[in-house]
Amino acid sequence: MDIIDRRPNPHGKNIENRRRVLQRARSAVQTAVRDAVARGKIREVGQGNAISVPADALHEPSLHRVFSDGVREIVLTGNREFSRGDRLQRPPGGGGGQGSGAGQAGEAGGGEDSFRFVLSRDEFLDLFFDDLELPDLIKREISTTENGVPARSGLSNEGSPSHLDLGRTMRRSIARRLGLGRPKPQELLDVEERIAALEALRPASAEELEELEGLRERRGTLRQRMARIPWVDPVDLRFRRYTIMPQPATRAVMFCVMDVSGSMTERMKDLAKQFFLLLHVFLERRYKKVEIVFIRHAESAEEVDEETFFHDPRTGGTIVSSALELMRTIQRERFPSANWNIYVAQASDGDNASSDTTRTASLLRDDILPAVQYYAYIEITGSGAVIRGETDLWRSYRAIADENEHLAIRQVGDRKEIFPVFRDLFSRQRDSAEA
Amino acid sequence: MDQIVSGGGPPARAGGLLYSGNDWNFQTIRDCYDAIEEIARGELGLEIYTNRVEIITSEQMLDVYTAHGMPVGYKHWSFGKRFIGHENAYRRGLMGLAYEVVINSDPCISYLMEENSATMQALVIAHAAFGHNHFFRNNRLFREWTDPSDILDYLEFARGYIARCEERHGQRAVERVLDAAHALQNQGVNRHSGARKLDLKAEQQRAKERRAYEDSVFNDLWRTLPAEAGEAGGTAEGSHARRLLGLPEENLLYFLEKNAPRLAPWEREIIRIVRMIAQYFYPQPQVKMMNEGCATWVHAYIMRRLHELGRIDDAAYLEVIHSTSNVINQPGFDTGGGASFNPYALGYAMMTDIARICTEPTSEDREWFPDIAGNGDAIGTLRHAWAEYRDESFIQQFLSPKVIRDFRMFRLCDDTAQPYLLVDAIHDEVGYRDIRRSLARVYDPGTFYTEIEIVDVDLLGDRTLKLEHRTKAGELLQAGDARQTLDYLATLWGYGVVLNEVDSQTGTVLASHAAGPSQ
Repeated sequence: MDIIDRRPNPHGKNIENRRRVLQRARSAVQTAVRDAVARGKIREVGQGNAISVPADALHEPSLHRVFSDGVREIVLTGNREFSRGDRLQRPPGGGGGQGSGAGQAGEAGGGEDSFRFVLSRDEFLDLFFDDLELPDLIKREISTTENGVPARSGLSNEGSPSHLDLGRTMRRSIARRLGLGRPKPQELLDVEERIAALEALRPASAEELEELEGLRERRGTLRQRMARIPWVDPVDLRFRRYTIMPQPATRAVMFCVMDVSGSMTERMKDLAKQFFLLLHVFLERRYKKVEIVFIRHAESAEEVDEETFFHDPRTGGTIVSSALELMRTIQRERFPSANWNIYVAQASDGDNASSDTTRTASLLRDDILPAVQYYAYIEITGSGAVIRGETDLWRSYRAIADENEHLAIRQVGDRKEIFPVFRDLFSRQRDSAEA
Repeated sequence: MDQIVSGGGPPARAGGLLYSGNDWNFQTIRDCYDAIEEIARGELGLEIYTNRVEIITSEQMLDVYTAHGMPVGYKHWSFGKRFIGHENAYRRGLMGLAYEVVINSDPCISYLMEENSATMQALVIAHAAFGHNHFFRNNRLFREWTDPSDILDYLEFARGYIARCEERHGQRAVERVLDAAHALQNQGVNRHSGARKLDLKAEQQRAKERRAYEDSVFNDLWRTLPAEAGEAGGTAEGSHARRLLGLPEENLLYFLEKNAPRLAPWEREIIRIVRMIAQYFYPQPQVKMMNEGCATWVHAYIMRRLHELGRIDDAAYLEVIHSTSNVINQPGFDTGGGASFNPYALGYAMMTDIARICTEPTSEDREWFPDIAGNGDAIGTLRHAWAEYRDESFIQQFLSPKVIRDFRMFRLCDDTAQPYLLVDAIHDEVGYRDIRRSLARVYDPGTFYTEIEIVDVDLLGDRTLKLEHRTKAGELLQAGDARQTLDYLATLWGYGVVLNEVDSQTGTVLASHAAGPSQ
């Protein structure tokens, strides 16, 4: 008998099979993921997510018989009170005991129960944001700041000890020692041993004395050679060489601008927040290096941190241009457009102080749009600021959007619409269609 | 890396306690194994395949479940589905994991969970490495239908072959064949003739030859011809052609592998792999009750003897009793959660009962079992039963009135024409034989496998494959599934498929399903 300890064996034999299940049920899983997001808080997205997909997507059919009518006999256990001839009421669901299993399977047809997955955060977000991209990221990629990345470039015979290439160094050292005939340490040891043995002999014969003399001479030579030919010589040293290769880096910043004024109802703020949360998760997922700046505004604008942005209530009047100005100032100071891809997402109910709209529009058209990569404006519908079917802000933005492709404006009225609009704004197709 | 653990410390003193407390190490397992082996061979006369005991974690146990205990398997999404199902049930606490899983191979591999206590390790060694192992080696069904010495190598070959096919032809193409073959695997078994021995060398050789043939006849010109070329000689008379095709044929996968006109050689090989594996698993459900009964009886016997010999202490023996009685618990019909028989409970009860009949028969036993009652050789009688019967015939032969009474069995007559269920037999003189006959029928493979045959191919016309399901009214195939499965069948066959459900008494057609070839 053998006992084998399999515990150290690699686990996860079925990871590949599991991946294939996801792939097979991809569209069903994707629908389920998006439903889950629509139902739940986006903030909780991807934290131990269990989703259910209809079992149909993964049904394995087979040829099997089901009992529908006729006569059959069923043997059961645990009889306490029945005697022969008793008549029992049929339990709901047809058949009794064992039979009901077959009966239900028949009615259930292909199987309507659903299949439950627990997805990892990465899997979840991958499916959720499938084929979404920040638009136009590639365009400026080359022109952005170049970072240096060290790359291997051959060997050199000088360098810092940490770059020492031990293998090559020792190979050269061996070659040199062989070439110059450095005696092996063992050889010297042997000679010394023999000398000690001869010296111990007393009295020694003439031959032995002669041998001893010879050996002593040999020992002198060996020692001399060993001292003269070093084990490792500076000429042996080889160092790995690195040169700094310029690496174009993608640097992007996303400005999230949100109206938190009094005209925004809680529902509208909630919708806007949902949009930004989605954006936030998306950016975190896709772009490890994206900087995010949160700006909220009422009559005046302020830069806030993520927590405040999403959770701190505030009210007041509305001056949109204040936020745009602040955005532009921050951008000039910290994210010069020569070095950064700049994206702006703005959410508002379209309400603005009427005197400010012209200023906002010109700020956007003349100052901001030329500097940014992409500007998305989300208007939450249902505000009181609608005049002749659209708000002031919407009207002026629309005029600008007609001239500028990289300004996208969308309206959102309901929670359900957020994701479609989001997809619409960031879908890859749009990107490639333009390219 | 596998780590073969060889005994380090001194062996336990002969006759002394093997261990105390819950902790175990590899030496404990080895000592227990030796003590158990002494009883199993010496007193019970069990014949076993060489054992291999593997210690695994709970996570690995989930993998083992997925593959039905097989240590290697090819890749397919259905295994992932099964894995996710088990994983969910386990993580949500709906399912406990088994203490062990054992597979029918030579050497016989038993997987033991690392969480088991020392007593449980000893128990599962007795249960799996001796009880199941003896059953695998000696039962007629396993001997005739499976070849345990080659199965591990064959699975290795199958995995390699399918992986290579995926490289050459793409995952989708392979999946298409596997999906279809899996749907038909219950119809991929030779029920009446048993399995020929697997010969791994020959399998590999054939795979290679198919490959070489494919390469040698490859001609780019032919590839551009319409695929319908097929065989031209349509002159043969229908019945003659049917005979040549070996019709009627119940093994659909075998028929497809040999005769489907439009399959590539590698597709035939994949069908063959699915067929071989289905064949290997074919006996398991037919002897499940006996197999579990045998293993449970063996472990109960061995653990009791270990206790009597003073090799395990009272605490350990209580744990054994506790665990065994959990396993053989039979819920009554009204306790909810289904009312099917627990194979461990029925199997163990019948084994114990046979032993009782052999040694302490009552007058009732003498009347019912004249040939074994009081023969004094309980172990020999059991060994004979384990070797020669399957669940259905075992119940038919050995289910005694006492077991029927102990389980308080009764029989319901379910006539859908009546608004009620009729109790037509209970555990009394008149009912014993009825109950025994009906219960045996539940375990009859004829009742849980559908009888489907390929009866004809329209050779002169459009090559439609004709199948027949012999059944009776009210017991038809589940229509949605039948339709989907036929689609798969048509995919492999390459032409249309028709399945008629025929009343086996009158020959009238009760239902008909059809599927066209999918392109």
